[in-house]
Amino acid sequence: GSSLEPEEQSMEPPTVPEEEMPLATVPGPAGCQMFGYVGIEAVLDQMKVKTMKMGFEFNIMVVGQSGLGKSTMVNTLFKSKVSRKASQPGQQERIPRTVQLQSITHVIEEKGVKMKLTVTDTPGFGDQINNDNCWDPIIKYINEQYERYLREEILITRKRKIPDTRVHGCVYFVPPTGHWLRPLDLEFMRRLSKIVNVVPVIAKADTLTLEERAEFKQRVRASPQGAPGVPCVPLGAPLKPHLPQIQEDLKAHAISVYPQQDFDQDPEDRALNDRIREKIPFAVVGADQEHQVNGKRVLGRKTKWGIIEVENAAHCEFPLLRDLLIRSHLQDLKDITHNVHYESYRVRRLNESN
Amino acid sequence: QNHGYRTLSLSGHVGFGSLPEQLVKKSIKQGFCFNILCIGETGIGKSALINSLFNTNFDDPVSTHFLPRVQLRAQTYELQESNVLLKLTVVDTVGFGDQINREHSYQPIVDYVDAQFEAYLQEELKINRSLFSYHDTRIHVCIYFISPTGHSLKTLDLLTMKSLDSKVNIIPIIGKADGISKTELQNFKNKIMSELVSNGVQIYQFPADDETFSEINTIMNGYLPFAVVGSTKEVKIGNKMVRARQYPWGIVQVENENHCDFVKLRKMLICTNMEDLREQTHARHYELYRRCRLEEMGFTDTGPESKPVSLQEAYEAKRHELYLELQRKEEKMRQQFVQRVKEKETILKEAEQQIQTKFEHHMLMHQEVKQKLEKKKKVLENEIALFIEKKANAELLRSQASVSTPVVTLKRDKDGK
Repeated sequence: GSSLEPEEQSMEPPTVPEEEMPLATVPGPAGCQMFGYVGIEAVLDQMKVKTMKMGFEFNIMVVGQSGLGKSTMVNTLFKSKVSRKASQPGQQERIPRTVQLQSITHVIEEKGVKMKLTVTDTPGFGDQINNDNCWDPIIKYINEQYERYLREEILITRKRKIPDTRVHGCVYFVPPTGHWLRPLDLEFMRRLSKIVNVVPVIAKADTLTLEERAEFKQRVRASPQGAPGVPCVPLGAPLKPHLPQIQEDLKAHAISVYPQQDFDQDPEDRALNDRIREKIPFAVVGADQEHQVNGKRVLGRKTKWGIIEVENAAHCEFPLLRDLLIRSHLQDLKDITHNVHYESYRVRRLNESN
Repeated sequence: QNHGYRTLSLSGHVGFGSLPEQLVKKSIKQGFCFNILCIGETGIGKSALINSLFNTNFDDPVSTHFLPRVQLRAQTYELQESNVLLKLTVVDTVGFGDQINREHSYQPIVDYVDAQFEAYLQEELKINRSLFSYHDTRIHVCIYFISPTGHSLKTLDLLTMKSLDSKVNIIPIIGKADGISKTELQNFKNKIMSELVSNGVQIYQFPADDETFSEINTIMNGYLPFAVVGSTKEVKIGNKMVRARQYPWGIVQVENENHCDFVKLRKMLICTNMEDLREQTHARHYELYRRCRLEEMGFTDTGPESKPVSLQEAYEAKRHELYLELQRKEEKMRQQFVQRVKEKETILKEAEQQIQTKFEHHMLMHQEVKQKLEKKKKVLENEIALFIEKKANAELLRSQASVSTPVVTLKRDKDGK
């Protein structure tokens, strides 16, 4: 006989208790009590191995006027030169006369997980004098990706893994002037939130009004420069004085941004997402330069009154955005795109032929 | 898949390394489905094996040998181990191999497997569908029980496995293997495997392409078919209760690898390859079914000029075709209905005719009888009249004769009579 790992002598389950299964009250699956370890939970490891081998795809779109720091933000998010910017600071980037869409795809790897990241930029959006229907090329692009996927899905002989170019998340940059939503913002978000996950952010939140700047200065000065964890004035107040109004505006126009309330799966989800929804839109600052703070290298923006640390939750809400998009809700963004937005598109498309 | 794209290096911790965890968390919330089909003759130990595999006692009624045909019985159970919720469906083939004529034994099984694919396909083709909450009933693995004869595969086994090998993952096992000695077992296994190969039966190969599991899978592939023993009873050995079968000459322990291959089966089926079995079912067997079915229904990927057919056209064409079919069927039904009405009418008319003739016939009869009776009545009336006359005459004569001699009276009486 062969000798396998000791855990195969299964009559002595070390840690797994007997699970008392509540009997089903409706006819259907019957609950069963298992008398020992079987090894069902090993399927989780099997899944992990499979997905690591397959790799992941993630497609993100950034929308906003030029000069709001979209490219910097993306680079900060993914800690690499994902978006190409003007190499010389003085060089004027030519603003296109219509909205263009540019997609760049890179492969990045972390902890053995390979990710194919596609960032779609939208230069020209909101930059014209007349911005009527400037969202149309964007909507067209998003729908084109759904169409591509649909066509692959209905083939008779179809690929084992359908390439996914659908936009999983659209980060919408709201200019920091005024800190509330303009008609363009509302119109765009209203239309887009119906077909894609929209995450609005207040860009360049380090550009504050004089009043806010003073408060901010005070805050930074009161604490030793950049020391993390030092309690400061709560973040919401000075950076986002109009937050309640923004949220009201969104509600009034029935704009449902990500994470959408309708798709909360259970109370646990709801609680977690409620906390996130309280803070939306995030006030973010982007930076791809490192500075020395307290003996550590941190990503930040150097100003005359201090260094704004991008990843310091006391300075700006970038960590929240990063956590949402990457560390906790990345899979959820993809799932909502696939199970909700894509399905809606499919229904619309198939009903068209009637 | 990643050809042609620049690889970027990260200058810091981004955090998407947690993606597999995020995915696993979602899967745990959704739960897992696993569907096992057990094919084997009655009494070969299917229920005992499933009980042993999942370390529980499913309530399975014992079957008789006298069922007229093969039936498939599916039962679903919910099992939980730490935070993993498994919806396990076990499909049993009741009455397999019991009939005298077993020509059609495997057809109900094939039909059942196809029906599950069909149900999934129908859901996938719906306009308003909900695939992520669909209870997947497609068979992920078929455990085929071979009888422990020690010699070779039966024809029924080969036929059945051949008809299923492109539709399900087949894992052949030898049931009730406690009846085979160690020396016979290896020969038996070799014979079975060579017969499977020479008949072109595709059984499930444990995947050896991923480095994590390739070594163990390759080793296990060499142990096929697994010789298993299942038991619903426990026996005390040392100071533990273990699943075993107690014989006068010893105890066969189910989970002792020296005694049988049960532990290997469980490891391969559940701990190592459950996910792969599910994936093969979806990516290979289901896709094949779907392709054949869509082609059957008349869909093609390329039109007559080898140009891709648009979805809209395909759907339109299909809808039109179905609409025509519907029209045809309606017409047929209408004609059938008209026909039936006509037939009914003629039948009724005939009946009516018959009754009419009968009625007339009876009327005639009635008339005749009536006439006869009338005649008789007249005759009788005449007779009665005559009789009364005669009686009156007799009375008269009698009253006259009472004055004269009796002798004459006698004579007269005689005459009078």
